[in-house]
Amino acid sequence: MSSLLQAQGVSVSLGGRPVLREVSLTLQTGWTVVVGANGAGKSTLLRSLAGLQALEGGQVMLHGRPLTTWSPRERSRQIAWLAQQGGATGELTVREVVHLGRLPHLGLFAEPGPQDEAAVQRAMALTECTAWEHRRLHQLSGGERQRALLACALAVDAPILLLDEPTTHLDPPHQVTLVRLFKHIASQRIVVTVLHDLPLALRADHLVVMQAGRVVAEGRSDDPAVHAALVAVFDHAVRIERFGDRFVALPNLD
Amino acid sequence: MSEAERASRRRLSIGLAVLSLLLMLAGLAAGSEGWSPGQTWALLNGPDGSLVVWEIRAPRTVGAWMTGALLGLAGAVAQGLFRNPLADPYLLGSASGAVLGVVVVLAGGTLVGHGISLATADLIARIGLVGASFLGALLGVGLTLSLARGAHETTRLLLAGVVVGVLLGAISDLITNVAPEALLGKQAFLLGSTGFLGWSNCGLMAGGLAVALPLAWRLSRALDALTLGEESAISLGLALARVRVAMVVALALATGMAVSQAGLIAFVGLVSPHLVRRFAPAAHGFTLVASTAMGGVLLLASDVLARSVLAPQELPVGVLTAVLGGGYLLWLLHRRNIT
Repeated sequence: MSSLLQAQGVSVSLGGRPVLREVSLTLQTGWTVVVGANGAGKSTLLRSLAGLQALEGGQVMLHGRPLTTWSPRERSRQIAWLAQQGGATGELTVREVVHLGRLPHLGLFAEPGPQDEAAVQRAMALTECTAWEHRRLHQLSGGERQRALLACALAVDAPILLLDEPTTHLDPPHQVTLVRLFKHIASQRIVVTVLHDLPLALRADHLVVMQAGRVVAEGRSDDPAVHAALVAVFDHAVRIERFGDRFVALPNLD
Repeated sequence: MSEAERASRRRLSIGLAVLSLLLMLAGLAAGSEGWSPGQTWALLNGPDGSLVVWEIRAPRTVGAWMTGALLGLAGAVAQGLFRNPLADPYLLGSASGAVLGVVVVLAGGTLVGHGISLATADLIARIGLVGASFLGALLGVGLTLSLARGAHETTRLLLAGVVVGVLLGAISDLITNVAPEALLGKQAFLLGSTGFLGWSNCGLMAGGLAVALPLAWRLSRALDALTLGEESAISLGLALARVRVAMVVALALATGMAVSQAGLIAFVGLVSPHLVRRFAPAAHGFTLVASTAMGGVLLLASDVLARSVLAPQELPVGVLTAVLGGGYLLWLLHRRNIT
């Protein structure tokens, strides 16, 4: 059986500068975190997997079919995407924003039904937005806006979620809530997130470590070889230590 | 939607409907001697009453509302499409194209022998000022679209609009240099006027409104999705390039129709969506329709004022909208600085 989402030798250049160099990756059910230093190509990889980036070489396969052969509507039902620090602002209320997550199912003209309303309610409950569902985007703090946009992505009810820095602007309690949420929803889906927060990243099921546009290591998040690669790409500025049955990343100040 | 939101939308809708009605009555009562319901009543009972009121004042009044409505709609589409509250309907080269069309017609006779033949000059004269400015507006937007290679990128589209505006403006200047008699007409067109609107103009604008408003309204959910950013909108399954072309068509049709009938009326397209968002912030479905009505109310109010303030002289309505609209934006800026 073909894998759900695969990158096959994907290369991308931006303004003549190679950003992804022949990246091959097979994504599995569970929570995968892409980590790497700034400019390593993490966000470009995610955008390529979402079909939002023109590729210079290689291809992305969804259900064994090149992503480019899927219609925008079909693709959007399979892959939900959250932009990095999306510049979303305006007059829409949180509820209206989350309802936009049903566009892949409804298109521009159909009216939402009970199934859509249930998906919206569920997504707002999971991200704890329900209490301020009538507030407008421009009235929200950065963290609240991020949760509303995440709820929009969740409302798509897609089997694949690609989330670029979803914990940005969030306070620690909400970061923890999101980590639990990712763990929960990833039991039956592919959830891929870009994260800069290494302690959170180490709680994922799988890690993909990137450097200079290449995947230098991938595997389970408790794999020592992956840890070694991760420490190396950050120039040994961090160290990873075992703490009970978990691993934590600490700044290497010595 | 919360109860408070529903109430604010209801208030604005009723307010706009009542204002439209009252201003229509005021428009019928405003004549060359100022604003006087008593004189209008006497006029209606006189021998030329129906001619003056129903053939001159009524089409002008309805036409002013419709011109404003088209501009209000175009402004709301432009601000949603470009995700910029400062976007106005004239961004994509339609204004400079319309001016060029008018200048070409006005200078047609003089240009014979200066690059155009007698037959061409005759054809241009047949098209007339209204037709030429409409075709010019469409030409401006068409050039912008082709220069931007479609509507794939907003920034490229905006830049192309600026370039086309400068280019067509330069051609207009060149023509008026060769044929200076076109300058006066060009100046009048730039100021805008509702004084020549008749029932046929109203019919044309009603047609434009009947196509552009439903088209934009049907696509309003796409404008909502665009507030999340272009890539987010695409990730939600939107065929953004196609949606953008449809929106540009609605924008060009509404703007072209308005400027061809009444010239370049400033600020109505820019200010109407702002006022709607101020009184009843909402998703684009409501904002588009309310901005249309708001544009109608603003221009009709300006038209009644323009007829009455210095009666029997009449102010160019475009000057009044520029003063009022600019004043409102200044006040808004001042208020924001304070808060």
